[in-house]
Amino acid sequence: MAVRTEGLTKRYGEQVAVDSVSLTVRKGEVYGFLGPNGAGKTTTLRMILGLIRPSGGSATVLGRPAGGAGVNRQVGALVEGPGFYPYLSGRDNLRVLARYRGIGDGDVGRVLARVGLAERASDAFKAYSLGMKQRLGVAAALLGDPGLLVLDEPTNGLDPAGVGDMRRLLTELAAAGHTVLLSSHMLSEVQETCDRVGVINRGRLVVEATVGELRGSGGLRVRADPLSTALDVSRRLAGDDVTVNDGALLLRVDPGRAAEVTRALVAADVDVHEMRPVERSLEEVFFEMTADEEAAR
Amino acid sequence: MTALTASTRAEVLRLRRWPALWTLGGVWLLLNITFGYVFPYLSYRNGGGFANEGADPRQLLADVMPESVPVAVVQGMPMFGGAILFALGALTAGSGYGWGTWKTAFTQGPGRSAVLGGTLAALGGVVVAVVLGTFAIDLGIAASLASVEGQGIALPAAGDVARGLGGGVLILALWTAAGLAVGTLTRNPALAVALGLVWTLAVENLLRAVSSLLDWLGPVTDVLPGTAAGSIASAVGGNPVSEGGSPGVVDNLGGGAAVTVALCYLAVLVVVTGVLARRDVA
Ligand SMILES: Nc1ncnc2c1ncn2[C@@H]1O[C@H](COP(=O)(O)OP(=O)(O)OP(=O)(O)O)[C@@H](O)[C@H]1O
Ligand SMILES: [Mg+2]
Repeated sequence: MAVRTEGLTKRYGEQVAVDSVSLTVRKGEVYGFLGPNGAGKTTTLRMILGLIRPSGGSATVLGRPAGGAGVNRQVGALVEGPGFYPYLSGRDNLRVLARYRGIGDGDVGRVLARVGLAERASDAFKAYSLGMKQRLGVAAALLGDPGLLVLDEPTNGLDPAGVGDMRRLLTELAAAGHTVLLSSHMLSEVQETCDRVGVINRGRLVVEATVGELRGSGGLRVRADPLSTALDVSRRLAGDDVTVNDGALLLRVDPGRAAEVTRALVAADVDVHEMRPVERSLEEVFFEMTADEEAAR
Repeated sequence: MTALTASTRAEVLRLRRWPALWTLGGVWLLLNITFGYVFPYLSYRNGGGFANEGADPRQLLADVMPESVPVAVVQGMPMFGGAILFALGALTAGSGYGWGTWKTAFTQGPGRSAVLGGTLAALGGVVVAVVLGTFAIDLGIAASLASVEGQGIALPAAGDVARGLGGGVLILALWTAAGLAVGTLTRNPALAVALGLVWTLAVENLLRAVSSLLDWLGPVTDVLPGTAAGSIASAVGGNPVSEGGSPGVVDNLGGGAAVTVALCYLAVLVVVTGVLARRDVA
């Protein structure tokens, strides 16, 4: 297990930023940590890195207590924006970090090239654009080729090409056997790269599952006339899992049943204009889940 | 390589390339040369009537000769050098919170005590370099003035040199550690520097002035960090400000007592900084 938290909690006065979060990141997987603004993602990652002390619960990183001496040597991290010396060049900033890690300067050139900053490596950090600063932050996390990467919204401020680069980087890291713990509120960003996701909302871990499990088997989208008859037929086939959306029906059934549903509709004298299998995006899953949470409140 | 040496190497690199450090060092040297050599020498050429009304010209000349270099190095340190090095310590600790560089450093592997140890070692190196550099430059100036004035070059006694250098290092280390502690406490470089300047340049002098009126305040002001620093300077041979010496030089404490108080402050400040540095880092 690369990361395991048990009942991890952080309180700021009355405010519970992270509420008893128990999550596990397995070795070699890309784990997406999802949640809206203020959900507690950064706070959780800070505790995993030992930057802040939990109010309750515990976190272990690579089998050792989070934040213990030497643990972070095996970890590359970028938490809530890059922190660098503004007066030093990008290269010198990384040289400072290489010294902290007790490795030579040899790796500095590699990681600069990896994030596309080699040409601007001699410029002062304060002269970098937002996206360049973020890239340097990612480069710093890659320094020394650590086995576990903890990246807090790494695509923050990146242009579309940068987002694409980031996705490719994550894929390569995963292929090379690295473990990645990645936070995001852009769900579209993680569904392609992540093996498993944990969804956090208002400090609570709502669900932890594979991307496939979260999405479920998808469903069928049907445009038919008259709608009321179509709804009755659909209900008979799919039970209560039918919703009307924009004049179309959404049936939560296995998309493989498309022919069966069409036949039933036609038999009931319904005109079928459209019959399309749909996959739920994580976005939808996410909103459903957070809406449930709201409702339960 | 231990975490401590790794951190020290990292901190040395980032401090060495920091323009603020060279600016502060330059300001210190400028003050030291101006008040230690330029003004006394001009007064001497002026027959003792310039700035130092009625000063003995022979004394003015003796003050800028090589034999007096240990005193010239140290006499400005209790107040001006202290304020400057306090600012360095405060900026070193405080700005890292705004830049997010402590967060970055704490996630590289070395524990917090190793990172702080590295900072202390690197700043200790800066303090030693400042003292040695000041000594070398002052000695060069004094030797030039001696030959201009046709005086023989009599070097200071080895014991005086050792006391001057050691005293200087202790005074500056004390103030640097104080700056580091206040910078770590406030996590705000501007606030920390402001507090340090107010304390070193104003509060201590006011307290010492008041304590001459209030008997019970005396024992307190005697153990203030500035009093200890000023007493070390006078133990090295600096003339107390009450007898026309540099501001900040006092003789409230004997040399041994002053060194003891300074070492206690140094130890307490380092421990306090270590405790403060364990707090949550955003
Ligand atoms: N130092 C702090 N003091 C008080 N409250 C805090 C502190 N840090 C975080 N919080 C609160 O904890 C909650 C979670 O914050 P956190 O930064 O972990 O959210 P996040 O999921 O990273 O959000 P975002 O997507 O905006 O980055 C928020 O309500 C925030 O206001
Ligand atoms: Mg965040």
